[in-house]
Amino acid sequence: MTNSQVKIEVSGLTIAYGDFVLLKNLKFNINKGDVFIIMGGSGCGKSSLLRVLTGLTPVTIGKIMIDGINFTSASQDVRNEIMQKNGILYQGGALFSSMTLAENIALPLKQYTNYSEKLISELVSLKLSLVGLTGFEDFYPSEISGGMKKRAGLARALALDPQIVYFDEPSAGLDPISSKMLDDLIMEINQSLGTTIVVVTHELNSIFNIGTNSIFLDGNTKSITGYGNPKDLLKNPPNEEVYKFLTRGGERKNA
Amino acid sequence: MKLKFVEDKPKITLFLDGDYINFDDQSELQNLLDTVQNNKINLIKINAANLGHWDSTLIVVLYELTKQVHNQRIEIVYEKFPPNLKRLLDLAFMVDRKPSLPQKEELPFLETIGDWGICLWKKITKGLGFLGQCMKSFGRWLKADAIMRRVDFLFALQDCTYKAVGIVSLVSFMVGLILAFVGAVQLKTFGAQIYVASLVAIGMTRIMGAIMVGIIMAGRTGASYAATIGTMQVNEEIDALKTMGIPISDFLVLPRILALSLSVPFLVILADFMGIIGGAAVGIFMLDIPVNEYYRYTINALNLTNFWVGLFHGLVFGIIISVCGCYFGVFCGRNADSVGKATTEAVVSAIVWMIVMTGIITFIFEVLGI
Repeated sequence: MTNSQVKIEVSGLTIAYGDFVLLKNLKFNINKGDVFIIMGGSGCGKSSLLRVLTGLTPVTIGKIMIDGINFTSASQDVRNEIMQKNGILYQGGALFSSMTLAENIALPLKQYTNYSEKLISELVSLKLSLVGLTGFEDFYPSEISGGMKKRAGLARALALDPQIVYFDEPSAGLDPISSKMLDDLIMEINQSLGTTIVVVTHELNSIFNIGTNSIFLDGNTKSITGYGNPKDLLKNPPNEEVYKFLTRGGERKNA
Repeated sequence: MKLKFVEDKPKITLFLDGDYINFDDQSELQNLLDTVQNNKINLIKINAANLGHWDSTLIVVLYELTKQVHNQRIEIVYEKFPPNLKRLLDLAFMVDRKPSLPQKEELPFLETIGDWGICLWKKITKGLGFLGQCMKSFGRWLKADAIMRRVDFLFALQDCTYKAVGIVSLVSFMVGLILAFVGAVQLKTFGAQIYVASLVAIGMTRIMGAIMVGIIMAGRTGASYAATIGTMQVNEEIDALKTMGIPISDFLVLPRILALSLSVPFLVILADFMGIIGGAAVGIFMLDIPVNEYYRYTINALNLTNFWVGLFHGLVFGIIISVCGCYFGVFCGRNADSVGKATTEAVVSAIVWMIVMTGIITFIFEVLGI
């Protein structure tokens, strides 16, 4: 039975590249309105899991249900329909370098709506102002900083008012202030638009500041060894690895 | 001897004495390991009381020693070790805690052949799948339903038309010149040097013009397609398109295929003309053929069939170059090295496929009497 609160339901998911199994038998739910953190050490498969969730990599074994629809076995048309309701912010922003910021943001709008040019132009300005980039419409990605590229990427991800926004290492390469600004922006989007947010990160400050639920991927066991609110996981760590991760390698006194 | 040890069965005490800088003597380590193995030692004490200066090479030796004797269930005790040396040694073992990936076993002959066959089949289906996607995109374009920006098409067209005129003109002129020279050497012996004009005119219009344009455009534009799209793959721009549900065959591949397929036949006409001019330069200035004679023989040799055959080759080459460039770009890996590899593969495969297709087309035209 599908819980109406559950946005994404993952069960029995195994990710493998040829004979090499990266993660096995993953099972977790992402609820509507969650800021869901996928955390774990380098090379544990966080980004691979994100690629599977967003449909970029086919599922080896297992099932992903999004809004009660089986995303894994759905036809390409259904998958495209689901993907249109998702926004993704990639590590480097992934803006199209041959287009201005306005053209980048307008692309999904032109593709999937019948809005007039005027409305699209206004929506582009609105999305840019939402991420603090008012007036940068005619700039090319090469003319703005790394943090601004990420914000512009986020504006593009928000273009179609998505129900889920995925973030791949949003804080990577950003200074602490820009990183904090991006965290605030994520919270703002989550709270004001009710968007479900899925964040892949190993930035502890972000994890504790924005995360409402999380999973910890363990590269050694290739499975989920921690599941819950990050603050609760810190208070009651299920194992040594999770504790070490959440305390930057700290030792447990009563371990 | 830097690794001094005292044997006291069943234990050995190794004394680290003095400096261990750039210490790289495997024979001393092997000597110690042999002694340990031959004398049934079960405990090794390493005493660092008199250790002077040391660097990473000492850690490597201690690491090797510890790893080897641990496998033989021999205990190791570190005595009077400087804390930093002990810490670094511990760190070396922590880094090593993950087992390395299992080595791939060498497959038996039949399995290797089978593996190769499966791999080849996968490549063929992948290539055909891509071609199918391109054809679907072309179909959508005909129905005005493709997601292709006009500006991308115009940009691609600009890149493979007037920007390529200079290089195509120069190379074709030189090819015409070479063709005339090579022909003249043989024809002169029969006193038939006037036929150099016919040789160059037929050779350039029927096939040489198209082949030269094909090779130039494969190296110039095909490589650029693979590098541009490959870099988009590295920068996750292709992922962004896929997750927006925009077919990359519409958005990235179609404008490039259309631009190159349209422009190459025109470049072939230019190459034909420049090649004939090159041949004329040799005929008029080196072989002393009068201008009006050379012109007359050239005009007589030119015919519409050869001209159209050359243009048809140009169209096919344009499709091959653009498909190869885009295919290797789209399936490029996610690092800088992969972009270089994709670029090379795009050029090589485009040239190979052009030659294969020339053979096939020539055979078909021969059978049809064209």
